[in-house]
Amino acid sequence: MTAGVDLGQPQAQAIRSDEDVVRVRQLVRSVAVAVKLSLVDQTKVVTAASELARNTLVYGGGGSVDVTIVDNGRRKGVQIVFADSGPGIPDLDLALTDGYTTGGGLGLGLSGARRLVDEFQIETSAETGTRITVTKWSR
Amino acid sequence: MERVPILKIGDILLVSIQLDMSDQTAVQLQEDLAERIVATGCHGVIIDITALDIVDSFVGRMLSTIASISKVLDAETVVVGMRPAVAITLVELGLSLNGIRTALNVERGMELIAAARADELEYQLDDDPDAETATP
Amino acid sequence: MALNAEESGRLAALLGGHAERVTARWTEIVTGSLRGRLSQAELRRQVQDLHSAIATTAGQGAIDLSAESSGELRAALSELSRGRARQGFSATETTISIFALKDVLAELVQEAGGADALHDYIAFSNLVDELGLFTFESFVRTRESLIADQAEQLLELSTPVVKLWEGVVAVPLVGTLDSARAQVVMERLLQTLVDTGSPYAIIDITGVPAVDTQVAQHILKTVVAARLMGADCIISGIRPQIAQTIVALGIEFGDIATKASLADALRHVLRLTGVETARRQPRRDA
Repeated sequence: MTAGVDLGQPQAQAIRSDEDVVRVRQLVRSVAVAVKLSLVDQTKVVTAASELARNTLVYGGGGSVDVTIVDNGRRKGVQIVFADSGPGIPDLDLALTDGYTTGGGLGLGLSGARRLVDEFQIETSAETGTRITVTKWSR
Repeated sequence: MERVPILKIGDILLVSIQLDMSDQTAVQLQEDLAERIVATGCHGVIIDITALDIVDSFVGRMLSTIASISKVLDAETVVVGMRPAVAITLVELGLSLNGIRTALNVERGMELIAAARADELEYQLDDDPDAETATP
Repeated sequence: MALNAEESGRLAALLGGHAERVTARWTEIVTGSLRGRLSQAELRRQVQDLHSAIATTAGQGAIDLSAESSGELRAALSELSRGRARQGFSATETTISIFALKDVLAELVQEAGGADALHDYIAFSNLVDELGLFTFESFVRTRESLIADQAEQLLELSTPVVKLWEGVVAVPLVGTLDSARAQVVMERLLQTLVDTGSPYAIIDITGVPAVDTQVAQHILKTVVAARLMGADCIISGIRPQIAQTIVALGIEFGDIATKASLADALRHVLRLTGVETARRQPRRDA
């Protein structure tokens, strides 16, 4: 990552390999610091991003992530959009259940990430892949 | 790909994770550690995660696996130095790291391993007289 | 716009022409409402500041409170309301200081007479209303920021983490725990464990009047987080009502150690760490 990142602009990062997941974590961390999230909230949103980026890689066959600073007038926040053109999630409710996994993980990725952020949206279909939007607001 | 160094201090292997590991690096560490335990015959492994600013489910699973593998190889694993923010996040994530021993810092971790070894030795010593009295 | 150029010209003339009398009468009216809680000299100075700010602004032409040209006037009003809010005056007592100007102006306009008297008085009166509302607004803002500051200070004050023994720290929780406070306590406790290298923490809730599901959850999460870090928590001082709530809410404390009092908790920890403690009473058969 370069030092002079313009954080006002959305930051994009492709997710194609293990190293990219590390880059997503670093990118999200730098934006979370920029909007002055507390240390615990930074840790939570970076952990959530790590889980979701890995899901994008493992289940979505790779994709991309966009990190934006959002402002609702009262507070600032970090918004992260994960998009892939993979096979989609056939049973969303099941996928959001703790401990459910098809990939040999612990089954906490999706459900755990949802608990770590303030807003969590998911759109998925077999045709267009999966798009997950998460937001963490500063306090 | 970067590798996490493994240090041998007396009867203990010390792994101090200093970088933001990729999943591959984590898997590599798991393999390296198993080999080093067998090669050195050490009975204790301390994994220092003071420098880690996050632990996600993948790293959590790696820690559990390392603990299980070393148990099979007769070594005690202690994870030390977890930051408060990381612990709070793990609780929220729903990861309990079952079966992993933890300590606040390396020093406490060493005490824990020493105590566990002492218990085991004592138990073995205690065993003998019992065995003798049981078979007069 | 509060006053057009003509009206503000007449207001400036009125205030400038009777400067002494206006401030004296204004001070007199306000003094009655403040019941001697502010010194006469102080009050007089405040009134003079306001008077000159209004007169100056009116002298520049049309008055529009939100315009750039009224900056000085706004500053004078904010200063007054900030001061009053910090000194503990009520909103009414503060805004009356502005509304008192109406009475003064009514007297002056009546004396001056003329065809425009009524029209002018209504215009001036509207201006004073606007000034009063502005003062009220900034009074409320000051109070809100005072309250926010105090809440933050309270959060800092009310969560001490004390060292009880080598390797044992305690948090005596006092007062109602809301989610925000519980979170602060949790983070501070865990940080203290790291800083002091203490493997034991006692959370004493003797001073907590009630526990709801959320607070209980926070305490439970703290205990689990501390375990992940390699430290053990003991909860002490659970009151009978709280024990009943905990059971009624179906909250599982699982294998978390709970003790009746802080002393019991400390004795429990010391026993775990192998420190000998004397018995309170010798055994009969000893």
